[in-house]
Amino acid sequence: MAIEGADIVKAAAFLGAGVSMGLGAIGPGVGEGMVAAKACEAIGKNPKEAGLLTRTMLVGQAVSESTGIYSLVVALLLLFVV
Amino acid sequence: MMELDVQAWVRVAAFAGGGIAMGLGAVGAAIGEGYTAAQANLAVSRSPRLSGDIFKNMLVGQAVAESASIFALVVAILLLFLDTGNPTMLKAAALLGAGLSMGFGAIGSGVGSGFPGGQACLGISRQPAVTSRLTTNMLIGSAVCQTPAIFSMVVALMLLFMDFSQAPLHPTWAALVGAGLSTGLAAIGAGYGGGMAAGTSCEGVARQPETVGNVTTIMLVGQAVAQTPSIFGLLVSFILMFKTFPESHQLHAAMALLGAGLCTGFGGIGPGVGNGMAAESAVRWVARNVQNAADLMRTMLVGQAVSQSTAIYAMVVSLVLIFVV
Repeated sequence: MAIEGADIVKAAAFLGAGVSMGLGAIGPGVGEGMVAAKACEAIGKNPKEAGLLTRTMLVGQAVSESTGIYSLVVALLLLFVV
Repeated sequence: MMELDVQAWVRVAAFAGGGIAMGLGAVGAAIGEGYTAAQANLAVSRSPRLSGDIFKNMLVGQAVAESASIFALVVAILLLFLDTGNPTMLKAAALLGAGLSMGFGAIGSGVGSGFPGGQACLGISRQPAVTSRLTTNMLIGSAVCQTPAIFSMVVALMLLFMDFSQAPLHPTWAALVGAGLSTGLAAIGAGYGGGMAAGTSCEGVARQPETVGNVTTIMLVGQAVAQTPSIFGLLVSFILMFKTFPESHQLHAAMALLGAGLCTGFGGIGPGVGNGMAAESAVRWVARNVQNAADLMRTMLVGQAVSQSTAIYAMVVSLVLIFVV
């Protein structure tokens, strides 16, 4: 198995892309779940504000999503650009 | 001489895979059953005269939680004693992948199944009148929790028994190890998350027995969504096992396939746990405030869908790694 420098660089980029997106997905997944859990709790306590609470939940989740999108961007950069 | 070497490597992979399968596979069920026993003790201290019912329920709950590690034991024993017939280096990779899949895959389901067991024991001490309903609810919830472990076992058995001798060693070895990692790792979050929803549903039934229909429904919906990341893992594993890859001695071809498995595997952990948290809270508040079950279900599903998105990104990156680059 002949291994050249360019091959190793590409191999590391592919493995790095997988690890970046894989590990990067853990935090937003858990964080957004916490937001949704608290939104359900708040709706249970105060059902009249369900619309406002769902909106607030979505905004909070969108911010928490950003690190997941960074991971996606880094993974795509590793796959197609560098 | 060369053939002996290959045979030795196949046995090395089988023994290492067997150790990984049973070692990691014991983690989850032990924690889950310990949680069930701890809650059962608490329940007995609250209502000592119900100790017989609580003890019975504890054992039934623990038996279900045990099944994840029994799957691991079966796969480990197969890995130790199975005669692989025609030993190839690819078979060695498949056996290692089988061990990784089953070992990681049993963790989440084992821990998760402990939650409904424990909460059902506590519930019996709170509401002895609904004991049988609590046991039923516990069994439904913990059975659904086992699904990710069953997916892992399916992948492990396929890796054990499928014939890969026609495929080129490079890069298929990485596809087979990646197939094991994908389903195994993705099962951790889904099993744990499903358990969170199931545990709270037992608590809810004990607090408000008349809401049992709504509580069981939202538990099942929440668990089904929490299960999705492990289905993504299974999908990527199947692609990695069934697609034929052109022979390539370059390292990057192999690393793309290994990276694909790691990506969907790790990527499923967080959304699985997060979906479980959302489902847990929705189930708790449906039990306390059943008039708003529809609003709670809607918000839970929207929240879970957003939490799911990173698992979908991970699957997309995996598919790009498999099909595009």
